[in-house]
Amino acid sequence: MQSTKSPYRQGIAAGLPFIIILAPFGVLFGVVATEAGLDIVEALVMSTLALAGAAQFTALQLLTEHVPTVIVVAAALTVNLRLAMYSAALTPHLGSASLPVRLAVAYCVVDQTYACSVSAFEENPHWTLRQRLAFYFGAATPIMPNWIVFTGVGALVGEAIPPELALDFAVPITFIALVVPMMRTGAHRAAALTGIVASLLLTWLPYSLGIIVSGMIGMAVGAEIERRIELS
Amino acid sequence: MIDKFSLWTVILALGFGSFLLRFVFIGLVGNRSLPVWLLRHLRYTAVAVLPALIAPLVLWPPATGGQIDPPRLMAALAATVVAWKTRSVIGSVLAGGGALYLGFWLMG
Repeated sequence: MQSTKSPYRQGIAAGLPFIIILAPFGVLFGVVATEAGLDIVEALVMSTLALAGAAQFTALQLLTEHVPTVIVVAAALTVNLRLAMYSAALTPHLGSASLPVRLAVAYCVVDQTYACSVSAFEENPHWTLRQRLAFYFGAATPIMPNWIVFTGVGALVGEAIPPELALDFAVPITFIALVVPMMRTGAHRAAALTGIVASLLLTWLPYSLGIIVSGMIGMAVGAEIERRIELS
Repeated sequence: MIDKFSLWTVILALGFGSFLLRFVFIGLVGNRSLPVWLLRHLRYTAVAVLPALIAPLVLWPPATGGQIDPPRLMAALAATVVAWKTRSVIGSVLAGGGALYLGFWLMG
């Protein structure tokens, strides 16, 4: 991507298309949160602090099932473990920035900023740290505030939505829509399939612990298959 | 109804914990390299945990008291097929929602 545009503007251009996915997802979170009994302030604070759609839906789902708080947090954070991987992937590119800047970088680590930044950094190896940071925060500019804004929109319209719409099922459908396109390799599919089978077999475990345990088993299966493919 | 104390505990713990996960490498590890096995496992978290979370919700939805519900099964199937074929998140959500309401309508 050779371009005369500044890295910040390139970042904005890379981040903008994600609004198409993020806006309805944010609205949906706001709606589901109101259905679960949260008010708009609670929904907004959650979106601002967590900035993690899937984990927020997970937490909400388990809270409505009256699962103990510790398990709710543990399950939602397990969903978010991938953020640690993104953080690791960004470290070689942005790790030499000052601590305050790295704090800001960390706050903005989400699927979309990670995905477009890492590919831009690989395409532009000559970029200085400053240019890389400009691109990264450029990508974050349309993404982060809109997640919060659209959560608010959802919370405002949420109260107007009747229960016959069966919005309880919006969460599974959205997760399917997000996860299925991630199944790029056999290892991904094996991890997912293992997660499903284990979770169905482990529903007897108390406090929805089955979700965390099955997730861990699925991760291990995915990682092991990847390792064997690399060896062969 | 969710009680407010658990809700705020979850909001704060999730916010703090998520930040820590985002900060752990870029903030604390700096330029040191990471063990390959760890990165390998982290790559599969989302694809393992999210299906594990939704599988029981699809088969035994809490909204029907855990009874298998044909419209919800149809919705999950439609969302999966469209996401698989098109990789479109929005298309998949619309297909799932459409199948769900079609199912409700067919079942009266």
